[in-house]
Amino acid sequence: MIEEWNKVHVVYVPAMEKQAAASPDWAPGWCRLDSSSIALTFPLPIGPTPASVKTFFFPQPETLLTYTLENNHPDKGLMREPERSRDMQVVLGVRPCDARSVLLNNLPYQEDQFFQANRQRTALVGFSCDQTLSTCFCTRMGGSPLDSEGLDLALSRTEDGFLIEVCSEKGEALVADLELAPAPESDISALAARRNAGGNPSATELDSLKGSELGTLYDAPLWQSLGEACINCGACTFICPTCYCFDIQDEVVRGQGRRIRYWDSCMFPLYSLHTSGHNPRGQKVQRTRNRFLHKLKYFPDRFGPFSCVGCGRCVQDCPVNIDIREVMDDLIHLTAVE
Amino acid sequence: MISYMPYPVRIDDIVVETEDGNQKTFKLVFENEAHRKAWKHVPGQFAMLSLAGQGEIPIGIASSPTEEDHLLFTVNRAGKVTTALHQMNIGDRMGVRGPLGNGFPVDTEMKGKNVVIIAGGFAVTTLRATLISLLARRQEYGKITFIYGARTPGMLLYRDELQQWAQRGDIDLHVTIDREAPGWEGLVGFVPTIAGEVAPSPENSVALICGPPIMIKFTMPPLEAIGWTDDQVYLSLENRMKCGEGVCCHCNVGPTLVCKDGPVFTRGQVKQLPIEY
Repeated sequence: MIEEWNKVHVVYVPAMEKQAAASPDWAPGWCRLDSSSIALTFPLPIGPTPASVKTFFFPQPETLLTYTLENNHPDKGLMREPERSRDMQVVLGVRPCDARSVLLNNLPYQEDQFFQANRQRTALVGFSCDQTLSTCFCTRMGGSPLDSEGLDLALSRTEDGFLIEVCSEKGEALVADLELAPAPESDISALAARRNAGGNPSATELDSLKGSELGTLYDAPLWQSLGEACINCGACTFICPTCYCFDIQDEVVRGQGRRIRYWDSCMFPLYSLHTSGHNPRGQKVQRTRNRFLHKLKYFPDRFGPFSCVGCGRCVQDCPVNIDIREVMDDLIHLTAVE
Repeated sequence: MISYMPYPVRIDDIVVETEDGNQKTFKLVFENEAHRKAWKHVPGQFAMLSLAGQGEIPIGIASSPTEEDHLLFTVNRAGKVTTALHQMNIGDRMGVRGPLGNGFPVDTEMKGKNVVIIAGGFAVTTLRATLISLLARRQEYGKITFIYGARTPGMLLYRDELQQWAQRGDIDLHVTIDREAPGWEGLVGFVPTIAGEVAPSPENSVALICGPPIMIKFTMPPLEAIGWTDDQVYLSLENRMKCGEGVCCHCNVGPTLVCKDGPVFTRGQVKQLPIEY
């Protein structure tokens, strides 16, 4: 199956080891299968892949436009549409949490032509999670380890192979020419039963944050201690599948320029610094609060769902052990007291 | 769809507005007639001025939609892009992306009402756009009061127009400078003091106030003392911006995006927000 896809599409799988950043098909944390690969297999870690799939929809950098600054060139300074790849890319090994993150990011990027073009040309092939990590909390955020939401093909392990669910037209196209055996009824009903058994009791508990007053959450005492601990390294924001902010800069090399956008982080003082020197979020406690409230209050106020899928990457990788689950517990407690 | 692609424009004229040379007004004309026709803005909106090799900056549109053949932007030299812009010449090419943001409610809440415009320093730009718009449809509004202050006579923007407005007779114009200056025969005093003396009636009125935060802070008490409410007063916020389209998140003030939900807010709305601006 993978072999067939690899003949016509660009196929990515989770990287086994750290790749060279200079690779032409660079997608951090993912490696491109090359056609000469002998073994078309890849290891899939328990829990989320090391890097999220946002790199395929919101790559960094992404060229927004190009121009020349050559003197006497008639088009000097004229901005042009960039050349963009139209190749279909197939991403293998996507976990349900990451698949859901694409749908969440799609809300602010609904009108963004770059994000939408990347969505058009990307197919996600996901694997449900038979095991989860202690840092996983997708069920708390309204997801499930067995979810197929946001995927084009969803694979679940059965006793003697995989059950493939076709979830979209793109997924349909991926399996159209393959000779696959129809799934036995027993496998389908077994998966449905597992899904039903899951449930997500704590989703409603978190929903109390949505109805709560901004002032109560904004003035919560925990920000002070959390802000003290946070070193504003920004790691959580870059590894987060649902952090989506960006910076835009111009780069000129030998008279040829481009305007690029790339991942930014609200953890950095420069993020909000005015030219005058005034900084509305000049203190790190303000920046720490901004990240959590954006996910748990600002985003849901605007779009509905929380901007978090519970992948737990930030819990795993925070150098000072800040845990968003504890932040949520604290805020829920605070609103309950109120 | 958002493309982040600016319209190509040429600099048609540059006016040095202030004695320190730090404020210049750039008159921009579209290179493409179709772009000129597509451009529709309301006073109070802003646009990204786009310089190849330098980047983009959000600047309030100083021209009125009624000035159809060009756009005006008055730019304070402050950072990288504005410094580069100040070095550009008539005839040079640049880009404009927009219009962005919401603008003042000239066609809704302001219709049929008395309008009080209070400006301090170079924040007068979008209020100039507003005044020109109101004057083009003068009969649709009640009394227009325009209070504008700068540090010195030489720091006032749009001086020729101020003189024309003074002679019209259908604007209650109060131009003031902070301290006595040789040759200045007009008002002397800070904007809040002058606003208190003018004491515009809140009856069937709206106020638009743009200026340094300290000016806005001290202008409110004298207005409140004579009955102005928070929902009659419109302010314009500024924050660092990148996309200007509500995507990149940079300009958020708590849950609010200045670029998309604003930059114009009522004072009542601003009071609901955390102080992140």
